[in-house]
Amino acid sequence: MARLHELARLVRSKNAGPFAVTFDLLFDDPATFEAVRDAGVVTAELFARLYGVPEEQVTLVAYEPALAIKATIPRPVASGDLRDTDVFGAQLYGPLVELEVPGVAAPRRRTAGGERR
Amino acid sequence: MLGTGFPEASLQSGLARSPAFLGVDAGSTDQGPQALGTGKPLLSREAIRRDLSLLLPAALEHGIPLLVGSAGTSGSDDALDGLWEVLREVAREQGLHPRVALIRAEQEAEQLADELRAGRIHPLGGAPPLEEATLRRARRIVAMMGPEPFQAALDRGADVVLAGRSTDAAIFAAPLLRAGAAPGPAWHVGKILECGAAASTARTAPDGMLGLVDDEGFSVEPLDPEMRCSPLSVAAHALYETPDPTRLVEPPGTLVTADCRYEQAEDGRSVRVTGSAFEPAERYTVKLEGAEFAGYQSVVPAAVRDPLLLRQLDAWTETLLEKIRERARGILGAALEPGSWSVAVRVYGRDGAMGALEPERGLAGHEAMLLFEFTAPEQAQATAIAKSAGLLAMHHPIEGWEGFVNAVAFPYAPYEIERGAVWRFSLNHVWELADPLAPFPITVAEL
Repeated sequence: MARLHELARLVRSKNAGPFAVTFDLLFDDPATFEAVRDAGVVTAELFARLYGVPEEQVTLVAYEPALAIKATIPRPVASGDLRDTDVFGAQLYGPLVELEVPGVAAPRRRTAGGERR
Repeated sequence: MLGTGFPEASLQSGLARSPAFLGVDAGSTDQGPQALGTGKPLLSREAIRRDLSLLLPAALEHGIPLLVGSAGTSGSDDALDGLWEVLREVAREQGLHPRVALIRAEQEAEQLADELRAGRIHPLGGAPPLEEATLRRARRIVAMMGPEPFQAALDRGADVVLAGRSTDAAIFAAPLLRAGAAPGPAWHVGKILECGAAASTARTAPDGMLGLVDDEGFSVEPLDPEMRCSPLSVAAHALYETPDPTRLVEPPGTLVTADCRYEQAEDGRSVRVTGSAFEPAERYTVKLEGAEFAGYQSVVPAAVRDPLLLRQLDAWTETLLEKIRERARGILGAALEPGSWSVAVRVYGRDGAMGALEPERGLAGHEAMLLFEFTAPEQAQATAIAKSAGLLAMHHPIEGWEGFVNAVAFPYAPYEIERGAVWRFSLNHVWELADPLAPFPITVAEL
């Protein structure tokens, strides 16, 4: 078992237009990318649960050329609107960072502190 | 983005490769709706002038066009006129005489209402059908042009094209398609170049990128010799700010990157991309963006350190907000129409970043930041509520203490901050066009 931040080179979120936010999980080797993609935890259901949106409104794509898994959800509040908390959608990836990925060993790579394990 | 800066050396090293044109995106919706609401650019006039004062003479000296899209952040008429003024200043100071095409992208609500009734405006991504009242409430509406208006401006001999709202990739695809490039590579390289050096492995500072396009594909290369692109960094850029990396929707069709091959070139710093495809759309559509006024706002930040107060924070803020609302009604009375004003608080240290989306509901630390928000039809009203609210918060009773409490730490004097007008994005729709040029009038001026 490993945490997502031990496996990904970058986990980020950003607006995709004012009404959607998109999450990128970027990996730096094909084996880790495939292992996470196939581990069955990074799913539309995960994003639906974490961000309170209907599962059918989650777009989830694995893009092999970039070793990336990408999910997009509608924003609950449009960017910059009165109740918005994150105009760029920049910190909404927070709850993904510690996600447990079963059956995948953490590779030798930096951990959250920037240290090489 | 125009105004974020680039090293002069990078521009020179790019010019040494004899490019066919210079392109730069000047807009974005990332920063929220206020740029479109106010028509003012996100970046300072000085920052924009600095970049233009290098790009304009470079383009003219080399006899290549300079294309700027989404002028002044929002690409509205006021934003375009602001950029036009800066360009004229730069030309005058440097004794330059370019032929400049201006392309407008702002739209009239009444004309769009006609289009809506004719069934040519459609909601995007689950948005509700558009109502005419929404169009009329918008302070500004822009349509996002495709490459055709840029091409028409070049056909009219423009040295410089200043365009209102456009798709980012269209700025670069336009001259490439006009020169006969295959649409797949033309659109794909445009999608990468619009973010400058962002597709390099480690972008240390804003910088430019060189794109080389041929019949089979294209390659990209950072202009700073210290930066490099890798197949992964270029492929990953297809992900940026877009919902689906394999399909990028543009006005005339969709760029499909599913079968792309990304290879490192021999120089170790440029990347060659082949296999980009473009599917023409059945109907030509442009996206609409609109911003409507959401009120004037004043805010009050206030920190809390008392452990007793932290333990009862929700109940405390709830009774406080009710007291503030009562006071607001007392001060402003009939001037405040129900539904036109609001009082709210954000709790940093708990769910400041994520709000209702935050899965961890508890307050974890030894302090919290309360950010009170007062919204009203006029700035003076919002500030009047804020001024009263600060003192009400200061002395709002804390359960467990007796007597006159001092409950919050204000970081600033005065404690209220006027935010000015606040705005909301009000359109998430596309507009079907019979003529890609029709909503984007072009004027040409000789300086």
